[in-house]
Amino acid sequence: MSVLPSDLTRLAPDPPRRAGVGLKGEHIDQILAERPDLGFFEIHAENYMGEGGPPHRWLEAIRAAYPLSLHGVGLSIGSPKPLDLDHLARLAALNKRYQPGLFSEHLAWSTHDGGYLNDLLPLPYTAETLAVVVQHIDQVQETMRRRMLLENPSTYVVFAESTMAEVEFIKEVAERSGCGLLLDVSNVMVSATNHGFDPTVYIDSFPLRHVQEIHLAGFAETVDDAGQPLLIDAHDSPVRDRVWDLYRSVIKRLGPVPTLVEWDNDVPEWPVLYSQAKRAEAAMLSAMREAGELRHAS
Amino acid sequence: MPLDRPDEQGAASFRATLDAFAAALVDPTCPPPAGTRGREGATDQRRFAVYRNNVAVSLIASLAARYPVTRRLVGEDFFRAMARAYAARSKPESPVLIHYGRGFPAFVATFEPARDLPYLADVACLENAWVEAYHAAEAEPLTLAALAALDADGLANARARFHPAARLVSSDHPIASIWAAHQGAGEVKAIENWRAEAAMTTRPAAEVILRLLPPGGYAFARALFHGATIRQAHAATEIEDFDAGAHLIGLIEAGAFAKLDV
Repeated sequence: MSVLPSDLTRLAPDPPRRAGVGLKGEHIDQILAERPDLGFFEIHAENYMGEGGPPHRWLEAIRAAYPLSLHGVGLSIGSPKPLDLDHLARLAALNKRYQPGLFSEHLAWSTHDGGYLNDLLPLPYTAETLAVVVQHIDQVQETMRRRMLLENPSTYVVFAESTMAEVEFIKEVAERSGCGLLLDVSNVMVSATNHGFDPTVYIDSFPLRHVQEIHLAGFAETVDDAGQPLLIDAHDSPVRDRVWDLYRSVIKRLGPVPTLVEWDNDVPEWPVLYSQAKRAEAAMLSAMREAGELRHAS
Repeated sequence: MPLDRPDEQGAASFRATLDAFAAALVDPTCPPPAGTRGREGATDQRRFAVYRNNVAVSLIASLAARYPVTRRLVGEDFFRAMARAYAARSKPESPVLIHYGRGFPAFVATFEPARDLPYLADVACLENAWVEAYHAAEAEPLTLAALAALDADGLANARARFHPAARLVSSDHPIASIWAAHQGAGEVKAIENWRAEAAMTTRPAAEVILRLLPPGGYAFARALFHGATIRQAHAATEIEDFDAGAHLIGLIEAGAFAKLDV
């Protein structure tokens, strides 16, 4: 196994303000052969927690050619239980080995009484849960010696005991812990539809100054007990037009931001995923152009 | 226990809320937790079912990815039912799902509806060995050059340290032939010789290699794997004209060893 070069950070800088995609094993050969013009690749940290083998070999090859973003799905930051120190150590080891430009995790919980539930589960928003989440993020940032980004969740239920709005909660977490934010625009659309609020109002009150990455993904559509539309964050299809519209409204305000297209289930052929990333880049360019025109006009 | 401080009460309430959520998640007969709300301000079965379904479906998908041949052998519906039953009683121990499902072959062996397929659990065992080999630590495999420095006596008393990706699996059924016949999505060739088979995984370079071991070769490798010297392993084969030298070279060429302790 080759040893990582010591000047790795020079070879692969932080993700630029461009589009990237989630790295899938089925696309690796084509990516390494064709070297598509992309801003970065993002990996699910847990898929690279084996000791060795092909996944680490291809990740080294990707890392030598592209900026990388490390995205954890299993840390269970939103649980009242202490963080799993073994898991945190595994994350820190990956971070050290691959030196990703971005590292993110979720406002969610997934581990309970020693068992892993393999979903991003929701938590109530109260002063007490806020304190727990901030303490966990402090611990993560201290252990990994870097800033993390926290991703807003997609949810199907809310809690009667919540005393804070989600946006208010996230803003407090960012300010108290100093973490950055990953704004998942599709999650905003999913939660807005599921809970009957206006996604643009959510975006209006979101602390955009802390946002360092955006996620976009496809969702599935069903209905709840009352027959109301229920969106499921399935990552199994193209990004929908209404999400693209919401995304454009965000980057008009923020300017270009590293933007990831996630597609984790029913993974398509590489050109389909690549074209989604290209669409995000086109949206960023067009937002910049419009901003430029506005400046010229005034 | 009386809780005097409001923050302790809040923390206890947080734990109770998530305890209730987790309990309802793993028990399909449980109603949605009382503290959860849908859009109409009440608990909502379909909404809570999304979480329950996400957990089950993602674990089944994880097992389907680890056991593609087992899945082809029994078909999609049977596999999903079997995987769902396993996932219901065996939750992952950690978020590292590439390790989830190691216990699946043992479960398949006791799964009543699969009783008519006595080879199924052994095929699953071979698939598990393949995935373990795939994720095993990197190590340089021992090469034949290592034998050059040894005289006959030194070699006979040597013990092999196996490469991290080396796994041995044996069965009363032709598991390696079944495994090979069900790779990819093409037509399945009939197994011509229904016999006991043993197989070994190695990863001498980037990719996992699976090879069939002859009966004596398996007994020899297995004894070495459990720490026998080469002389003891030879005896363990109980085959009079067993060519230990040829088998030793075969194992080394396959990348089975990391080191010889002399």
